[in-house]
Amino acid sequence: MADIELIPNKKHLARADQPELVGELTTLNLGPTHPATHGIFQNILQMDGEIIVSSEQTIGYIHRAFEKIAERRPYYQITTLTDRMNYCSSPINNLGWHMTMEKFLQVEVPKRAQYIRVIMMELARIADHLICNGILGVDTGAFSGFLYLFEKREEIYEIYEEVCGARLTTNMGRLGGMERDLSTEAIRKLRAFIKSFPPVMREFESLFNRNRIFMDRIIDVGAISAERALNYGFTGPNLRAAGVDYDVRVMNPYSSYEDFDFIIPIGQSGDTYDRFMVRNAEIWESLKIVEQALENLPEGPFYADAPEYYLPPKKEVYSSMEALIYHFKIVMGEIDAPIGEIYHAVEGGNGELGFYMISDGGRAPYRLHFRRPSFIYYQAFPEMCVGSTLSDAIVIMSSLNVIAGELDS
Amino acid sequence: MLTNQEVAEDLLKKFGDDVFDFEEPYGLLTLTTTREQAIPMLEYLFHHEKFQANFLTDLTGIHYPDSEGKEFAVVYHVHSLVHNFRVRIKVFLAEADIHIPTATGLYASANWMERETYDFFGILFDGHPNLKRILNIEEMDYFPMRRQYPLEDSTREDKIDALFGR
Repeated sequence: MADIELIPNKKHLARADQPELVGELTTLNLGPTHPATHGIFQNILQMDGEIIVSSEQTIGYIHRAFEKIAERRPYYQITTLTDRMNYCSSPINNLGWHMTMEKFLQVEVPKRAQYIRVIMMELARIADHLICNGILGVDTGAFSGFLYLFEKREEIYEIYEEVCGARLTTNMGRLGGMERDLSTEAIRKLRAFIKSFPPVMREFESLFNRNRIFMDRIIDVGAISAERALNYGFTGPNLRAAGVDYDVRVMNPYSSYEDFDFIIPIGQSGDTYDRFMVRNAEIWESLKIVEQALENLPEGPFYADAPEYYLPPKKEVYSSMEALIYHFKIVMGEIDAPIGEIYHAVEGGNGELGFYMISDGGRAPYRLHFRRPSFIYYQAFPEMCVGSTLSDAIVIMSSLNVIAGELDS
Repeated sequence: MLTNQEVAEDLLKKFGDDVFDFEEPYGLLTLTTTREQAIPMLEYLFHHEKFQANFLTDLTGIHYPDSEGKEFAVVYHVHSLVHNFRVRIKVFLAEADIHIPTATGLYASANWMERETYDFFGILFDGHPNLKRILNIEEMDYFPMRRQYPLEDSTREDKIDALFGR
């Protein structure tokens, strides 16, 4: 827990605490289609001059009923729903879902597949944090950092393309492993990325980290104490910025995360600057993990020996009777899961991404609930922005990295 | 390191007959309690000197239309970050009396999770500061995640189970 407890927005606190000073309030609609909200959700702000007095949030504009749809879908078809949640880091969502089902069906995934997954998930985390921090720069009026980083994000997306054929909604991996091995082209692109990314990231950091204007703009803005953050169900970088070293990758390692050497960066005051810095530090840690995983990539198969769950290679489907049967059964969704329930969590771009699945023994889940980190921590937004200015509210929202797709599921 | 056994025994000692149906699916301690004891149990775990289970990971509902008197379940996933210990607490409710006390007094994060559960299942959280729909439109007059609302038109004939050998 943090030793220092900062008062949120101490710059303007006096005004917000003295209601007798509040004159006529202005109602201001922030959203639902305001570019600064980076997604479709609305905030009805009560403003006293430039100070926010209260905020009422409306969400659900892009609710797509994923939990309901999932109750009709065979297990492997649910992957496409998950990547539409946090679309800034879809591979984590996809692979998190596969790992939930593998744990549920007790499928042992070979090391090589686990390492490939780690590489992809860490790339996704880098991409996710790049967007968040790049946009934070844009919201404070510095456009160039965002453009530098987006070139690198493009390279990450090219690696996705090489691995799974898609860029945004990746549908990556299969139940039991990966859909294909890392190609030589993918490895070449990965190595190129590892080499070319650090200078750009360093340049970005030197533009922002100790930039006086940027620091004055975001230090002490939207601070939250560790205790409040935990009470609000914060996870991921936002919780770590408040000083709690909770990371699912370390606490409940999955997909061989215990093999890698990395640290959990934490902040102290939980303000916007700490969130920014924690994400920057995590990018470096993720890069370290990618390097290690690529360096020590084990030999062996990239999918589990579980023919009833893993789609057989096309070549075998045309030549072997068994493979053809399994292919048909899997594609038609005729694979029944055992009765039971499971909760499995992975460290998503925004925090603990959980899957709570209940099976009644059928071809589709009886009930599937997604624990979406940004849905849970976005409720803290009014508490964080009351008493600050409108421009601070934009920065706070930006640094929380609220993704509309994940918010509304 | 906390074991399931230890926590289960402690809860059994404290709550006696009000805690039952202990299970361990995939290593996660799962137990059921009554509606009256749900919040006291969460509070007990929250303030427990040793367990310190003060993080509400998840709160959601389930609909079992066929189990009479226990049609709805509210499921809490509580996490003790100090011991890295999770526990799943279930409370079953009857459709005729679909009320449960709110957990918002304990966890600020429960606010939206309870609203979401109300929105989709119609479970009423007594004492909730702002219990209204969150993801669906307010004019909606049904609770979409209940099982009586099938996803697809049941009159369709091109998707009969028999055609697929089911």
